[in-house]
Amino acid sequence: MKETIISVKHLVKIYKMGDLEVHALRGINLDVHKSNFVAIMGKSGSGKSTFMNIAGCLDVPTKGEYMLDNVDVGKLNKDQLAHLRNKKIGFVFQSFNLLARTSALENVELPLMYNSRISSKDMRDRAFKALESVGLADRFHHLPSQLSGGEQQRVAIARALVNDPVVILADEPTGNLDTRTSVEVMGIFQKLNTMGITVIIVTHEPDIASYANRNVTFRDGRIQKDIIVEKPRNAAAELLTMPVLTEEDTI
Amino acid sequence: MKLKNQLRAAMRSLGKNKMRTFLTMLGIIIGVASVIAMLAIGQGSKESIQKQIANLGTNLLTVYPSASMSGGVRMEAGSSQRLTMDDYKAVAERCPAVMYSTPVVRTSGQLIASGQNWRTSVWGVYPDYFSIRTLEVEKGAAFTLNDDRTANKVCVIGQTVNKYLFGEGQDPVGKMIRINKIPFQVIGLITAKGQNAWGQDQDDIVIAPFNTVQVRMLTVTYINSIMVSATSEKMIPEATDELTQVLKERHRLGPSEDPDFSIRSQADIASAATATSGILTALLASIASISLLVGGIGIMNIMLVSVTERTREIGIRMGVGARGRDVLLQFLIEALMISLIGGFLGAGLGIVASGVIASVMNWPVTITLQSIILSFIFSTAIGIFFGWYPARKASSLNPIDALRYE
Repeated sequence: MKETIISVKHLVKIYKMGDLEVHALRGINLDVHKSNFVAIMGKSGSGKSTFMNIAGCLDVPTKGEYMLDNVDVGKLNKDQLAHLRNKKIGFVFQSFNLLARTSALENVELPLMYNSRISSKDMRDRAFKALESVGLADRFHHLPSQLSGGEQQRVAIARALVNDPVVILADEPTGNLDTRTSVEVMGIFQKLNTMGITVIIVTHEPDIASYANRNVTFRDGRIQKDIIVEKPRNAAAELLTMPVLTEEDTI
Repeated sequence: MKLKNQLRAAMRSLGKNKMRTFLTMLGIIIGVASVIAMLAIGQGSKESIQKQIANLGTNLLTVYPSASMSGGVRMEAGSSQRLTMDDYKAVAERCPAVMYSTPVVRTSGQLIASGQNWRTSVWGVYPDYFSIRTLEVEKGAAFTLNDDRTANKVCVIGQTVNKYLFGEGQDPVGKMIRINKIPFQVIGLITAKGQNAWGQDQDDIVIAPFNTVQVRMLTVTYINSIMVSATSEKMIPEATDELTQVLKERHRLGPSEDPDFSIRSQADIASAATATSGILTALLASIASISLLVGGIGIMNIMLVSVTERTREIGIRMGVGARGRDVLLQFLIEALMISLIGGFLGAGLGIVASGVIASVMNWPVTITLQSIILSFIFSTAIGIFFGWYPARKASSLNPIDALRYE
């Protein structure tokens, strides 16, 4: 049995909108083990994004238990949650969420800034290594506005990686990308996964989910299906056979 | 986050909106500059008033006899003839808090010299008078106690008298003048003192030995007043007490009886004048600090806009592990930076403005280090005070709400 990274029990999230109560999660039980590559699927409104936000310690559940790397997240205060986000979680967003007018390298350095034990030189080295691992070492000084969507998402992945998290959470990471760049990004996730990093992505595209080795389907705030993908697709191999698009074609 | 990185981040985000940052800063610059300039004007006028008062004589105390009464009608103050030479001698001998002292007899006289004439007051005093009134003799010399003992007909004249009798800039030493037909030799010319605080010309005066005036001109036995200087400013009340005690005793008055003389001190006038200019300074500074306050509100306004505008950035920072206090510090440092740089530039502008005021308006202006330090403290406090609320607002955002903000 592999080490459990994420373990949730009876997770419930209720949003109150005036008098109306929206039950986003109605009791989720899920264990994610080390080196899993989980794709969470479901229609919009199924609660998958809510689950991700709670898993990423950006939001807190209404009820239920959440253990992250053997830490009971429910018992932590805001500062401790911030610490957890900084040290154990790398979050990748659909809309990249990079700081504008800030270079790729400095965007990647950002999580390290909130880790006061790292010297400026170490920060730079580690950020550079993270950019290297997503294949953007040569564009470190570019601003987000000078990068393509795929490149921006790779910077965001580098930022998620830089603090050596126990898990990378990606909420619709390919939602804003075309097919080829989506495969590229999935290739990076697969590569990171083979290096032993646990990855959880949320997607509504079955194509994208088929790169993961475990598919969990949400429906109306509950888990409907949880299957192991016997033979995940190999993004790196597929990329070799795909035609290379020019800039104009992308647009 | 390390302070160094915080400072760099603050610099960068202020730099992104240079025009906005500068305009916000301008409020503080103008506020600090006007506070410094106003304090400089206030301080300058205070010092010039104090200088004028010091000009009258240092630690000067004057004993006047009270008003005389004749048949129930009070005459003007100082009109009684109760002060005598013996009173003066007692004062001179028995008051340790008194440094210099002189009896004073005063009269007015018609002066005639070299075909000109002029009317002015003639003072009969001891040479101590020059020390009490801080008079300096520009040409020639003051008379001595020896001149007094022999009632020599010598005198020292002021610049105004010299101007009307001999002409401005002329050396009167050695010349003869007649005062009420009595010939006097001029032996000294006093350095110009100008007007005193209430517009009296202090150079329109003739000073002669006490005995000469009392015996040769007035032929009286009383004296008009006694002038003394206390050993120091602090000793003025002590000297006043000693004078009161000695004179009451000599005039056979009990401790509870009203004295038949009054003692006027320079300190009263000085403190009244200083208080007036202090009020003026406070008024000017408080008007100026209103502009500083308005500048502070400008900072708060722009920081609130900035927090709203950068909600997403705050979300991103919190998402990668910034704690509430990191975000709070970030925005507080930005506000502080605006107010501190503004304070620094404002101090420079204030110094320049004070200089311009001094040279263009010809006002006395003194910039004190305290006023600069004060406005620095003030602008820092404003940065923290007005930066706190927006920073607090930023730091209390929920990461997920901030990230979703459009």
